[in-house]
Amino acid sequence: MTSRAERKAKRAKFWERNRACGGYLLRKKIANFFVKFCMAVLLFGMCFMIVQPLLQKISISLMEEQDLYNTTVISIPEHFTTYNYEVAYKFIGYKQGLIETVAVCLSASILQVAICTLVGYGFARFEFPLKKFWFACVILVIIVPPQTISTSLHLHFRYFDIFGIIKAITGNTLNLKGSMLPYYMLSATCMGLKNGLYIFLIRQFFRTIPKELEEAAYVDGAGTMRTFFRIMLPDSKPILTSCFLFSFVWQWTDSFYTRLFLGNVHMLGLQLNAIADRLMAYLVDKSSEMTNVATSGFINCIVSTATLMVIAPVLILYLFAQRGFVESLSSSGIKM
Amino acid sequence: MAKAKEKIRRPKYEGLQKKKAVAGYLFILPFIIGFLGFMVKPLIQSFYMSICKVVVDSTGFTFNPNGIQNYYNAFRLDIEFSRFLTESLSNMVINTISVMVFSLFVAILLNQKFKGRAFVRAIFFLPVILSSGVILGVETNNALLGDMADMIKENSTDFSITDTVKVLIQTLGIGTRIFDKVFEIVDKVYDIAIASGIQIIIFLSGLQTISSSMYEAASIEGCTAWESFWKITFPMISSLFLVNWIYTIVDFCMHTDNQVMNKIQTELVKNLDYGFSSAMAWIYFIIIIAFIGISSFIISKVVYYYD
Repeated sequence: MTSRAERKAKRAKFWERNRACGGYLLRKKIANFFVKFCMAVLLFGMCFMIVQPLLQKISISLMEEQDLYNTTVISIPEHFTTYNYEVAYKFIGYKQGLIETVAVCLSASILQVAICTLVGYGFARFEFPLKKFWFACVILVIIVPPQTISTSLHLHFRYFDIFGIIKAITGNTLNLKGSMLPYYMLSATCMGLKNGLYIFLIRQFFRTIPKELEEAAYVDGAGTMRTFFRIMLPDSKPILTSCFLFSFVWQWTDSFYTRLFLGNVHMLGLQLNAIADRLMAYLVDKSSEMTNVATSGFINCIVSTATLMVIAPVLILYLFAQRGFVESLSSSGIKM
Repeated sequence: MAKAKEKIRRPKYEGLQKKKAVAGYLFILPFIIGFLGFMVKPLIQSFYMSICKVVVDSTGFTFNPNGIQNYYNAFRLDIEFSRFLTESLSNMVINTISVMVFSLFVAILLNQKFKGRAFVRAIFFLPVILSSGVILGVETNNALLGDMADMIKENSTDFSITDTVKVLIQTLGIGTRIFDKVFEIVDKVYDIAIASGIQIIIFLSGLQTISSSMYEAASIEGCTAWESFWKITFPMISSLFLVNWIYTIVDFCMHTDNQVMNKIQTELVKNLDYGFSSAMAWIYFIIIIAFIGISSFIISKVVYYYD
């Protein structure tokens, strides 16, 4: 009872104040509401636009083939099935793929981020001759499309040699094609997927840490390495997590480097690329009378399901580590 | 006189500074090795290939230098390359500008305080992890699924809103060519949203650095939100335009559905014409570098650095 009276009094006061300022208060309130409404609509629309393909895939993955041809079925399947998942599981060799992909991505991203941290720290905190030149080279690494050098990289590792030393000892160049060594070599020397970007980000982050911290450590008798590991590293956790997560996820979904260097590893991404053709061949083999049109729906189901299964681990990681992905980057206010 | 001056001036790197310089070089050593071994060397090699006729046979590769023949072929003989090049360049410009506008807009929206902001942010940054490599490639690379998508497109008779508006405007007879471009961008809004994840993050991080006291002061002076956007927000994050501009262009160049890149890959994989494909890659690369260089020079003249 009292609350109603209170509200009434509040409303009366509002109108009074509104009259006193010539309708400004009301106009402002309406404008605010209007802005908020527009924002909500816009945000909802854009969010829906981004998520829609994913939702579509989920609903297709639960459908039987006949639902795809049924025009009354749009997103909720009429014949509910998990058969697609079983088929996709078998055709991409999911279990083995998952283990190997995690192993490769994890090791490579740890290596990449560790090396990039060292390099980024070197660029951020030391003065040495030609520093500007080398940093320009980092920018060059960011902007050179890896496709430009893919052929020669391929040849480079096919006939691998370090200044002719190996040839002098064994009489022949090493063939590193098909092994995973080239990939780790690239990772260890900052030439992996988007590593220039990590160097850049880490350098920008280190530059925001006050120099006095380091100088204090130095005065107290800590050497360069000790300062780096004890003072700088603990402070840079957020950016390192961000870079690590990006590195991990981008390698997971990468097709260029994996196809070039990891053809022999059971990477999920590569399996996904091949699944449609493999399934097609299998179906044609099994029953020759199946026409192209009849199977395309089924293949669509399976490919959607397989895509979902491949990105599921990444999605789950993203859901849990969402803060680590973007909040540290977007809220730390790194100066680019 | 000059000699005397030199004598007085101490060498730049001495004592502690020298030690620091050596340490600095040790820190960036991995990068230098990688850069020389896996970037400069392949670049030189691919340049050498581009001025050669590369013959592949059972014994391996043989390089026969033939001057600028490959470059000549790319422009004068090949029917597709010049067209692809101009198309992809014009697409790149339009795409980059729309990504910049979109990401700035979204960054400003996401910087506001509202309920469920963390959730909305999570959705907007989803493309960052999903837009690369295979996942986009699965649908575009697969011939069968492509056929099916075309079939669906042909069979579906319902109009989208953009189509209807387009028809309306066209019957009214207002400048159709400009509207065609606008509608092209509107139709591609999904691609633009997908491509602008990192850019949104970069803009957001810039927006965070602007202190709110600036806006308060402006609003006390009677500045409207629109004015404070152009007078405060825009100059304060203008330095990020450069970063985003370069990043977007690079991202576009490496995209899987880039026509020029596809052409280079097919030439390489199907026809095994290493020389020709390297020549095309070099043409593309040089044009992109030149474009980035010129445009960033212009942008860097315009942007404002706060500190």
